[in-house]
Amino acid sequence: MAEKIGVYVCHCGTNIGKTVDCKAVADYAKGLPDVVVARDYQYTCSDPGQEMIKKDIRELSLTRVVVASCSPLMHEGTFRRAVGNAGLNPFLFQMANIREQCSWITEDRHLATERAKAIVGAAVMRVAYNEPIEVKKVPVDPNVLIVGGGITGIEAALQLADAGKHVYLVEKEPTIGGYMARFDKTFPTLDCAACILTPKMVFVGQHENIDLLSYSEVIGFQGYVGNFTATVRRKPRYVDEEKCNGCGTCETKCPLSVPSEFECGMGKRKAIYRPFPQAVPSTPVIDREHCLYFTKGVCKVCQKFCPSGAIDFDQKEKVVDLKVGTAILATGFDLFDPSRIKEYGYKRLPNVITSLEFERLTHASGPTGGKILLKNGKAPESVAIVHCVGSRDRNYNEYCSRVCCMYSLKTAHLVHEKTEAKVYEFYIDMRAFGKGYEEFYKRLLEEDVTFIRGRVAEVTDVAQEQSEKGKLVVVAEDTLLGIVRRIPVDMVVLSLGLEPRKDAVQVAHTFSISRSKDGFFLEKHPKLAPVSTAADGVYIAGSCQGPKDIPDSVAQGAAAAANALSLIDRKEVELEPTVALIDEESCSGCKICVGLCPYNAITFDSTKNVAEITVALCKGCGVCVASCPSGAIEQQNFTNRQLLAEVEAICA
Amino acid sequence: MTKAKVAFNWASSCGGCEIAILELGTKLLDLKEKIDIVYWPAALDYKYSDLEAMPDKNIDVTFFNGAIQNSENEHVAKLLRAKSKLLVAFGSCACGGGIPALANTKSRELIFKSSYKETPTTENPENTYPQSKFEAPEGTLTIPEFYNTVKTLEQTVDVDYFVPGCPPVGPQVGKVIETFVSGKLPPKGAILGASDKSLCHECKREKTDRKVAKLVRTYETIQDPKKCLLEQGIICMGPATRGGCEAVCLDANMPCRGCYGPLPNVLDQGAKMLSALSSVFDAETEEDIQKLVDGVVDPIGTFYRFGLAQSLMRRTKQ
Amino acid sequence: MELSTRFEPKIVGFLCKWCAYTGADLAGTSRIKYPPNINPIRVNCSGRVDPTLILKALASGADGVLIAGCHPGDCHYTNGNVKTMRRFKLLQKMLDQFGIEKDRVRLEWVSASEGERYARIVDSMTENIRTLGPLNWKSKIEVVAQ
Repeated sequence: MAEKIGVYVCHCGTNIGKTVDCKAVADYAKGLPDVVVARDYQYTCSDPGQEMIKKDIRELSLTRVVVASCSPLMHEGTFRRAVGNAGLNPFLFQMANIREQCSWITEDRHLATERAKAIVGAAVMRVAYNEPIEVKKVPVDPNVLIVGGGITGIEAALQLADAGKHVYLVEKEPTIGGYMARFDKTFPTLDCAACILTPKMVFVGQHENIDLLSYSEVIGFQGYVGNFTATVRRKPRYVDEEKCNGCGTCETKCPLSVPSEFECGMGKRKAIYRPFPQAVPSTPVIDREHCLYFTKGVCKVCQKFCPSGAIDFDQKEKVVDLKVGTAILATGFDLFDPSRIKEYGYKRLPNVITSLEFERLTHASGPTGGKILLKNGKAPESVAIVHCVGSRDRNYNEYCSRVCCMYSLKTAHLVHEKTEAKVYEFYIDMRAFGKGYEEFYKRLLEEDVTFIRGRVAEVTDVAQEQSEKGKLVVVAEDTLLGIVRRIPVDMVVLSLGLEPRKDAVQVAHTFSISRSKDGFFLEKHPKLAPVSTAADGVYIAGSCQGPKDIPDSVAQGAAAAANALSLIDRKEVELEPTVALIDEESCSGCKICVGLCPYNAITFDSTKNVAEITVALCKGCGVCVASCPSGAIEQQNFTNRQLLAEVEAICA
Repeated sequence: MTKAKVAFNWASSCGGCEIAILELGTKLLDLKEKIDIVYWPAALDYKYSDLEAMPDKNIDVTFFNGAIQNSENEHVAKLLRAKSKLLVAFGSCACGGGIPALANTKSRELIFKSSYKETPTTENPENTYPQSKFEAPEGTLTIPEFYNTVKTLEQTVDVDYFVPGCPPVGPQVGKVIETFVSGKLPPKGAILGASDKSLCHECKREKTDRKVAKLVRTYETIQDPKKCLLEQGIICMGPATRGGCEAVCLDANMPCRGCYGPLPNVLDQGAKMLSALSSVFDAETEEDIQKLVDGVVDPIGTFYRFGLAQSLMRRTKQ
Repeated sequence: MELSTRFEPKIVGFLCKWCAYTGADLAGTSRIKYPPNINPIRVNCSGRVDPTLILKALASGADGVLIAGCHPGDCHYTNGNVKTMRRFKLLQKMLDQFGIEKDRVRLEWVSASEGERYARIVDSMTENIRTLGPLNWKSKIEVVAQ
């Protein structure tokens, strides 16, 4: 039976119309087999444009529709809905991309028009083989998995928990809080980080809707949107969380002190420890690698003195499966390793410190009690702050880390507040884009900080004259003055750029999401969908998506929570329609397909001697379809017949 | 009961399909009651003039084996098409081109050079090659023109039915002939004497972990006669080949070579086997994949051994 | 406007919707100019590309075929592109036997953010094939029509 195909060629204003002769393409389409109407129109996605298509479907009894306009990634959904509203199955529609991959890539009108005709021809030949598809719906599990307990994860967790949803918050470290817990003051308000963070941490720890799985990692993530199973490895703390009352006696009594990671190695902690006093949960953890019991079989003082008998040296790792409907990744960032830039002398020259080490120095509960001191215990008389360490740099990371200009200004301010030191800031550009940021910059300008515009070439202790002896000399070209300057200082603070975490690759694989060129997690759309990913039901938020400050991280955390909430409250979600289906009559039981499915959706029925696909698990990649030597598997909406029609039409 | 008039013809073939008829053995004598063989150049003394003298549609069914490789093959094919009510492509050569179609990886020039000049035992100092026409004192002598590209029967004339196999397996041959004699025929274009499922369906070997970790030639390994050959590294065309032959080759511990041709939903047998085999290569990196690819010594010869003429590409570039 | 009489290669492109097709769109959105000789066919994953489709394209009149998918490790469906790579390497060996030049059939990895890279690939492929000339496979098969 012949189809009745309607073809609509969109001008998209001048986007397509300037380069492609849309009228000619429509005329060409009119001559193709089974095409009963072919129109060209200015803005087909507009309401009148969609109405035009719907009217034709009704009045001309169209059985198939082709729209030649922008990319299907833009408006396939729009037109499918329009077609559906007119009573035609949405899959009897095909989109031809004559904009992003045709009119926008060439200025040659003739070639563009010829290409557009070929693309439309292929779509017309293909759509004749489109079949109606009914999209299946499945219920959505209301539980949410949040990975990462920094400020972003905390924000998302609280939003969802307050909305009445049950949240599993999985955090790798023994405590939540992330990097923010290590900061002293935050720009531009100079709020104390701990003061604004710790109340939120406490809420998380106490919220009845939040299950906090600290010192745990997600090692597996299976399923499909609305129905995921997360496998979480709970590392042993060797302290029973239920029994521990957080008295801290064990910490006091422990005889062994080791460098503290929280203090960047500048301070000490015990072998049984809480990373910081306001840790949530307040249960300590035993560091197996140093603890005298685990390494030498002696001590056990903590167990002797624990009033609640909470120490359990035999505690084992536990693996649990969590059933959730959505997941939010808020795994955060890592700091650039400045020892890669040998010229800056980090680790080689004393008193070259990182911005994070500075935070710990200036922090009231840090290793120096909040005093900014050199390695020799004296206060510095001059401090240099170096911007863009590892950022905006072809040799390391090309992107800008967004937060360093502001935190460098904050660093300068704190140095002024706590010492008499002269402060020099070596910058390339001042990025003060946020609310109150420019005002903060102005404040620092008035605070008598010397700003030198130039990327620092090196930090050296080799003196060229008397004034440089015993100092760290910062060498940079002052581009505004046009000369190379050598500024001798006592202390150099390297403003480190932000990088994706070292385990970002692994996490991306576990959750089947992609990463952008710079290694951060890839959002669905940089402007319109910054917290969604290509994997339905998996969201990203905070600096794991790209460097950002606390206000933006919190905003994204809340945004991801809203996205998850939207999915959950929809109650049902649509399954992937382009699944693979096996024709039992044609299946020869060769089993070639069975092991190829990454989602284990294909099983073998030995009684019937055929392979079978569990449709709910199929995500529609089509690998099995291409591999089947009997041609027994077809992919809905991407059948061999449809693809061959496209190929034949193009090659004709 | 009138006997059905049957013809057997051979074109570019090895004679194996003729032997397949003979292998019917005493059954041939039973068939003699039902069929009248009116043309069988391989076994009986018929000439072309006998064929040309027949009225059109005289023969009820012709079983045509062999590929079309020269003008004589083509001429007789067209003749038999005219003289037969039903024309059956019998055997892999007629159906898919068979072994002769492997000539499509060469050209007439190369084949002549190899056969008439370069073989070790040939002495041809004057570079004498066959000509289709030769002026002798007595007159013009002609021999059929040798084609550059081998064709299937279907690519030459309209064909009614296909019986694949190199040769079609014994029990199937008898059944096929019975079918024609009985008159209860399936729709035109049907493939007879073969199953619609692949060889894997009837192969009795055990299929477990579908992963190919290495590729070996049959002589390079002592095989486990109970396990699937692919899993032991021996390329078997079974997954992409029609069954119906009762997997006789596998029972003799030899891998399927694909002679029963492609499955019904498949456009190109070789491409599908290539896809199926490589998809299950146990290799994740480019280097490991390349090692396995190196183990497929002759892809065209392996995947299109019997069906090059009916494949999408048909031949190599000349 | 004067019509060019030079040979315009016809290239069929199989682009995976998550990476390559999105990257190709980005090239257009960024208004990067490249030869419009590629005819994109969108598939969910490069792993859907059956070698049969590639051969069909070549046998039907295409001068070249591009298969573009996600970089290894980044496949939205975990490892569909590994299967593509396995098939492609074996197909490449067979295409070589058929006498089809290596530049005509290519497998490339293009991520969603690599618009520029996609444009360069299509550009180089078009120019290489323009130099090689039309494939015209149909004319190489002497099949007498019925």
